[in-house]
Amino acid sequence: MDLKTALFNYTLRLGDTNLILGQRLSEWTGHGPFLEEDLALTNIALDITGAAKSFLEYAASVENKGRTEDDLAYFRNDRQFFNVQLTELPNGDYARTIVRQVFMDCFDFYFYQELSKSKDETLAGIAQKSIKEVTYHLRHSSSWVERFGDGTNESHIKAQNALNELWQFTDELFEMNEVDEVLIKEGIAVDLSIVKTKWDQYITELLNKSTLSKPENVFMQTGSRKGVHTEHLGYILAEMQALPRMYPNAKW
Amino acid sequence: MTTKKHIISLLSEIADPEIPVITIVELGVVRDIEIITNSSIHLKITPTYSGCPAMKQIEDDVKKKLMENGFTDINIETIYSPAWTTDWITPEAKEKLKAYGIAPPEHTSEDKSWLTGKPKTVQCPQCKSSNTKLISQFGSTACKALYQCQDCLEPFDYFKCI
Ligand SMILES: [Zn+2]
Repeated sequence: MDLKTALFNYTLRLGDTNLILGQRLSEWTGHGPFLEEDLALTNIALDITGAAKSFLEYAASVENKGRTEDDLAYFRNDRQFFNVQLTELPNGDYARTIVRQVFMDCFDFYFYQELSKSKDETLAGIAQKSIKEVTYHLRHSSSWVERFGDGTNESHIKAQNALNELWQFTDELFEMNEVDEVLIKEGIAVDLSIVKTKWDQYITELLNKSTLSKPENVFMQTGSRKGVHTEHLGYILAEMQALPRMYPNAKW
Repeated sequence: MTTKKHIISLLSEIADPEIPVITIVELGVVRDIEIITNSSIHLKITPTYSGCPAMKQIEDDVKKKLMENGFTDINIETIYSPAWTTDWITPEAKEKLKAYGIAPPEHTSEDKSWLTGKPKTVQCPQCKSSNTKLISQFGSTACKALYQCQDCLEPFDYFKCI
């Protein structure tokens, strides 16, 4: 694989993961459990969608075939998306949304720390920008995990159920393939095994503090690095892409 | 030949779309100005927050202002590095924020105490009391947190440090 193809795929993966997570989170807008949380999730969705825009813009410029970030977002099919499957799962109840979020926030927090040292200036710049925002996100989701876990019997059960259901999607965050291999050699991509160690440590400590137990011996899902997804991605894309596909020249 | 100083004074007439009492220059989003000819210019701007919806508006406002002043070839580039921080808000702008009812960022972005869950005291912009409480890390826009004064009971926005 040549460097340019690898960089395009890598940036697309980052863009897609943020785009789909941002889209999912924004479904809470107007439906949050109370006003402040509604605002918080909407703001977080906005930051994440903003990061998606930056990455996809860069992916489009690396590809250099005249596509824009909007073309990439709205005119690709599910098999051409490389977001991790965790991001496309339905929101479920608030505990489930928060557990998914803490997994992603914690990943982003350590991932961006590494990516900010990338030899690719644009990727490093986006990472330096995002890390400031993600720090707030991680504090937010972590404090809710603690409240749910160490809260009432009901909230504890819901948080533990969410953990048990979502754990199988966490391995995918750290999968590396040829794309990573080519780019790590150039000092561009992040060695995800470094992120995994830190992620494990943070999540283990948080769960202990929250009286929640870490699921063990779970079969791990995989596929997104090859464009293989759960059934849920198609529905998100159908909704997200409906307007630009119906009116391909629409401007907003 | 148009000078940079002249361009800055033009851009200083553009208010931030979300906080109209401060200008985009005071906010620190204009990072570089390169005047190529009297009709051609290259600008670099940087977003405050990644998803800040005001950026598009700022870009449009800048284009309009420059077109009104004879520029026909306007190139606006968004840069991410160095990342924007609240340290770039000028001291004058911080005073304006306060007068407008938004508590300005209280410390520099180098100070990480806000990360550890012990935010520093934020002064109420209404009654100046320091007896205030954080309601939510996320306020009416991406750049603000929501506080409430425990003395005058007014809720207020705090421009959070990043
Ligand atoms: Zn007060």
